[in-house]
Amino acid sequence: MADYNKPLPNVTGQAQEFWQGCKRHELLIQRCTDCGTYRHYPRPMCPNCGSWNAEWARVSGKGAVYTCIVAVQPFHPGFAAEAPYAAVIVELEEGVRLMSNVVDCKPDDIYIGMPVEVVFDDVTEEVTLPRFRKAA
Amino acid sequence: MEVSAMRDKAAIVGIGETEYTRGSGMSHLALLLQAAARAIEDAGLRPKDIDGVVPALNLITFEDLAVNLGTEDLKYTVATNMGGASALATLLSATTAVACGIATNVLCVAGWNGYSAMRLSALGQAAGAAAGSPIPMSAMISKLRDFEMPYGVFVPAQWYAPMAIRHMHEYGTTSRQMGAVAVACRKHAQLNEKAIMRGRPMTIEDHQNSRMVVSPFRLFDCSLETDGAAAAVVTTAERAQDMKHRPVYIMGVAEGHPVPVDQVAGRRDMFQVGLSYAAPRAFAMAGITPKDIDVAEIYDCFTWSVICQLEAMGFCNRGEGGPFVEGGRIELGGELPINTHGGLLSQAHILGMNHLVEAVRQLRGDAGEAQVRDAETAVVTGWGDLADGAIAILRR
Repeated sequence: MADYNKPLPNVTGQAQEFWQGCKRHELLIQRCTDCGTYRHYPRPMCPNCGSWNAEWARVSGKGAVYTCIVAVQPFHPGFAAEAPYAAVIVELEEGVRLMSNVVDCKPDDIYIGMPVEVVFDDVTEEVTLPRFRKAA
Repeated sequence: MEVSAMRDKAAIVGIGETEYTRGSGMSHLALLLQAAARAIEDAGLRPKDIDGVVPALNLITFEDLAVNLGTEDLKYTVATNMGGASALATLLSATTAVACGIATNVLCVAGWNGYSAMRLSALGQAAGAAAGSPIPMSAMISKLRDFEMPYGVFVPAQWYAPMAIRHMHEYGTTSRQMGAVAVACRKHAQLNEKAIMRGRPMTIEDHQNSRMVVSPFRLFDCSLETDGAAAAVVTTAERAQDMKHRPVYIMGVAEGHPVPVDQVAGRRDMFQVGLSYAAPRAFAMAGITPKDIDVAEIYDCFTWSVICQLEAMGFCNRGEGGPFVEGGRIELGGELPINTHGGLLSQAHILGMNHLVEAVRQLRGDAGEAQVRDAETAVVTGWGDLADGAIAILRR
């Protein structure tokens, strides 16, 4: 872990609860308690109804690959060793979409519509990243 | 007031460009001032005649411009901040200021040392760097740093590739179709003295054989990294009558932004980009339709972005952009010549201000070998950050 050399998110601030949930291996997505709309990235206001009231809802972590790219040229030294690598946008059952990676799967084996489920990658003492694996 | 009341109320009367290089040896300020001074001279004005300044991005300040130009009564200033769409978005501010009588001679200027000082391909390294990073990070980029960079998504090619892959999936768009955009731009660059890629022609096979950067974008799907600046002077239609060159009238101009603006992943419809909102407004203001356009200078940060924008503007239906660009339709002599200067792909990446300059040349009849015969109308677009859009519809 100590030699993890990829960029890390700022786990404080508006998204603090999201990252704290990840650390507990729970995928929490912000949901408006007035109109019920999920939102990601975390924000103070509901873009659907304007409400300031929100909760952190634990979601299933199940979804499907919405789109997938294969990065051949690494643009950061932390990714040089594993290029080519895939980055995916996953659409969760709840409708929210996240950028992530699919673990234990060759880039060429990932396809749009592939069912996936969340896994948690404790990359440092402080940071856990949600990633996905192929689901049955 | 209806926005159409601004139609033809403002005109572009001066254009200017620096050299386009890979290594300007100039500061951002000197570069932008040189383009500005040339545009002002082209308009037949003195620097101190400028009473409104609209710089794109935050590389220099309005103060920098005002004190160097010797402006004595600066009446209007605003900076545009939407990445690559910032350059063309300056024209919306300038048009508004001039049409409403706020200012008389407004300078729009954009440019950068995109090769020697702030390469977008270095965004990844910059993200990890401490304060003093050569690339100023916008709030938008800081969200990417938290939610995308940890997964290996750093640079614009990787921001837009997910959209292009999805477009291929939904509509069958192909890499060869994207290549047709690159080939058209390269072909036109052969006719342009300033084009970095002049003397280096490209075939579709060259495109297909170029190395993959991030699927589906090969090297030749990606725009150049260059140094340079370009500028335009906007004044009232009345004053424009008596100036040095034939005026180019601003018929329609607009900006638009996708929802949510700070994230591609969260968009219900990834192809509803900024231009999808802006183009109908601009065409309504202009009172014409895409089929009335003679030449199009389309922001070509990536080949696929051109295909997406042709659809967003209504030159073809959603999903038909790939077939639309094939068969020479977008080349000189075709139905809709695009990027007659070579574009960001093959002339230089001057944030699209070079597209505006080229459109003005076309409408003045000064485009040399690349002249579209009898060009009366042109459309120019900008695309920036996560697909913000700007558009101008011009006529002679």
